[in-house]
Amino acid sequence: MGSLSGWQYYIWQLTQRGSKKESMKYLIKNGRVIDPANKIDDILDMLISEGKVQRIEKGLPEGGCEIIDAKNLIISPGLVDMHAHLREPGREDEETVLTGTRAAIKGGFTSVACMPNTEPPLDNPAIVRSLNEIIEKNALANVFVVGAITEGRAGKRPTDFHKLKREHIVAVSDDGSSVEDDLVILEALRQAKEEGLLVIEHCEDTKISANGVMNQGFVATKLGLRGIPAGSEYERVKRNIELAKKESSAIHIAHVSAKESVELIRKAKKSGIKVTAETAPHYFSLTEECCASYDTNTKMNPPLRTKEDIEAIKMGLKDGTINCIATDHAPHTDNEKDVEFDFAPFGIIGLETCLSLSAMELVEKKIMSWSDLIIKMSVNPSKILGIKRGTLKKGAVADIAIIDPNKEYTYTKDSIESKSKNSPFINWVLKGKAVSVFVGGRLVMKDQELCS
Amino acid sequence: MTNEKKMVWTKKDIIGLEYLSKEEIEHILYTASSFKEVTTRQIKKVPALRGKTVVNLFYEPSTRTRISFELAAKRLSADVINVAVEASSVRKGETLIDTGKNIEALKIDIIVVRHDCSGAPNILARSVKASVVNAGDGWHEHPTQALLDIFTLKSKLGRIQGLNVSIIGDIAHSRVARSNMWGLTKLGANVTVCAPKILIPEGIEKMGVKVTNDIDEAIRGADAINVLRMQLERDAAGVFPSKVDFFKQYGISEERLKKCKKDIVVMHPGPINRGVEMSSGVADGQNSVILEQVTNGIAVRMAVLYLAAHAKRQ
Amino acid sequence: MTLKEKAKILDKDSIEKALKRMAHEIIENVKTMDDTALIGIKNRGSHIAEKLADKIKDIVGKRPPVGALDITLYRDDLTQVSEQPIVHSTEIAFDIEGKRIILVDDVLFTGRTIRCALDALIDFGRPKQIQLAVLVDRGHRELPIKADYVGKNVPTAIKELVEVRLKESDGKDEVVILEKAD
Repeated sequence: MGSLSGWQYYIWQLTQRGSKKESMKYLIKNGRVIDPANKIDDILDMLISEGKVQRIEKGLPEGGCEIIDAKNLIISPGLVDMHAHLREPGREDEETVLTGTRAAIKGGFTSVACMPNTEPPLDNPAIVRSLNEIIEKNALANVFVVGAITEGRAGKRPTDFHKLKREHIVAVSDDGSSVEDDLVILEALRQAKEEGLLVIEHCEDTKISANGVMNQGFVATKLGLRGIPAGSEYERVKRNIELAKKESSAIHIAHVSAKESVELIRKAKKSGIKVTAETAPHYFSLTEECCASYDTNTKMNPPLRTKEDIEAIKMGLKDGTINCIATDHAPHTDNEKDVEFDFAPFGIIGLETCLSLSAMELVEKKIMSWSDLIIKMSVNPSKILGIKRGTLKKGAVADIAIIDPNKEYTYTKDSIESKSKNSPFINWVLKGKAVSVFVGGRLVMKDQELCS
Repeated sequence: MTNEKKMVWTKKDIIGLEYLSKEEIEHILYTASSFKEVTTRQIKKVPALRGKTVVNLFYEPSTRTRISFELAAKRLSADVINVAVEASSVRKGETLIDTGKNIEALKIDIIVVRHDCSGAPNILARSVKASVVNAGDGWHEHPTQALLDIFTLKSKLGRIQGLNVSIIGDIAHSRVARSNMWGLTKLGANVTVCAPKILIPEGIEKMGVKVTNDIDEAIRGADAINVLRMQLERDAAGVFPSKVDFFKQYGISEERLKKCKKDIVVMHPGPINRGVEMSSGVADGQNSVILEQVTNGIAVRMAVLYLAAHAKRQ
Repeated sequence: MTLKEKAKILDKDSIEKALKRMAHEIIENVKTMDDTALIGIKNRGSHIAEKLADKIKDIVGKRPPVGALDITLYRDDLTQVSEQPIVHSTEIAFDIEGKRIILVDDVLFTGRTIRCALDALIDFGRPKQIQLAVLVDRGHRELPIKADYVGKNVPTAIKELVEVRLKESDGKDEVVILEKAD
């Protein structure tokens, strides 16, 4: 669909809506099916029809199907990103549901959880409903909505979780901000438990991070930039774990960046507290050294930290302390980013680079297997969000990513599907890429070309 | 300063001493010594930048640095324009890069930039073809101030290698301190920084300097001290020691000076808070080279402008 | 580009002789050395000025004051030269106001260096007279400039190079013509 302009594409989409029920039959042949949820890792054929996985066997007959040759490719359950900012409503100049899900598909993601720090924020049923209408109309991948914990994300009054749940939110978070007040977060944990919702906390004590713009330490000192101590993250992680313990409820720690946080979560898990955690690829691919050129695409919150932190994050992923890899896809326009480091907004896009960076840093470097990576990027986030994804068993929704683990490519600015181009990885040579993707049995990307 | 070296200058921008080699710093000092002679002539002007235009783009108020750059440019026969942009973190309108490109469209050769954000000159230099000279950015660098400090020190003591130099005061928020640390350590001096704990930034020792909170330790055996200005106006949080306390604990008084080497060189980048960082007696005393620093600043800035303007671009 | 030596025009002895003759000419021309000073153009011109001052002292018993002038900042080709010229110091320890200044250089060629030197010199004050002494005049002037004292006139082709080598800077005294080797 690369040749259609935005509105043409939109009209075209509308014409397609009626035929949503997928009638095509597909046979994916000779691929290495990795389905950790069902303990499968074998060269198998897969038959897809009526939006579902119908058969997974060796040597399935070819008649009446479109054949997709997956020789030397991995057939994985579609990747699930439990932390992205799609910016709709309010900041459609940065990203929309349409462009964001195009980026997701490009990166092998078939499901995305979108964060509520939109303008206005997703803090009431009406706004969530209207967003779900946009999603229904425009999304190429599944989009699951995360509602705000507090009204206006102001950290004061909890939103009505019950009503939000009726609008199909899967979790609550004030992401972008942390909930300062202990009593407010306690109340949120209690209500979320009642409603069967997950609380996702952005962990940052702003009294400690003050007005910092990068990790505190020698590099910040050298650059003359205000530092954000690791303590601003782990002190808040510590609090959240304590409160989750007190309330016997689950809590999910967003974008873990500091080694101390990893250790706190590890201990909490051992003592039986229901804490889960995610990190993002930049927290195990880049260090604070990258800020040395004052490139605002290295400015994120939490900030890039040190080599030791990277090692701790990798170990946390390996031993299961960190359950998921999420993107924290945070689009910002060039206009917003082409300013002084102090003035630039935090965050980078990540949907299109997440799989490659994770494969390079974790699988290539033998920290984990492909199967483990698929657990981190599909099985676990599905489980934590309580969505029926991350599996390829017979009858499951046919959300599938076909991955070429050996595909090398240069990530260029022109190739970016996201509306914003704020990535520190531009012009990097990356390896490992989704080549074809099914969402609900529909082939939405074939041979690296988005086809809806 | 007769260590003539054959060098082709290739840096279009002079952003910080971190980014210059020992040889490049020495070349600037050598060139500055030639320009110093020009400033002693009756006609203090040479045509080296005739037909070139220098813009002083100042996002932060500064009188002495701007005057020094303006004079340096004028003594090289350049045309000079001063642009003062309102200093505020919520500036409305044009971005730094747009401002830079607009200035460049006026066919300007050198932009001298002073900015309250660290790294602003780095960002500007990437965005324009004109030369960018840093006149101080945030807490990051103030290369010409450090160069003139080092130039003055070398004129006084004949060398930098092996000298014991102590930098005293608000290290955390000082671009002068950072540039001096880079420059002095590259030229082989033993550098000590001294301040109350709260004004010592994390990891500063990795710049190859000794750190102490004890003023007497810092001045004992020092060949020179560079006393920083206490930026009391920046103490929004009210965590700095009071003026009186600071002078008692860290100020350079005549009594304290008596404990130092007799011919210790006393420097200060100005403007001085008399009775806070140092007493008037010290500021005006025979060890003080504060006014020579001001004079040398012009020669150093002439050298920097001349080299940046004539850089052989790759 | 490699250069090969084509001919030696002056050796140590003939340089000595030429300088001695120039010293005599200067003394005869200026009548009194009291108000006269030499200023050499850096680098080789200033070495020749020193030598010339020694010769004058041998004859009249008193050495005229000698200065050194760096003309880098006055060059009209600053933006064209491929290698950036290094700025050296000018060392003139006396007031040139009202004096007769004899500007000294090694080779007179296009005249552009002398033009720069005149500009530079006038920024130091107003001498009552400026004269020019060169060890070698090789012709090919591009400006209306003429030397008052010449060690040796050497007709050359424009692509040839005249190189004055002096003990102070090059280890030995000689003047050679170089030409491009193809």
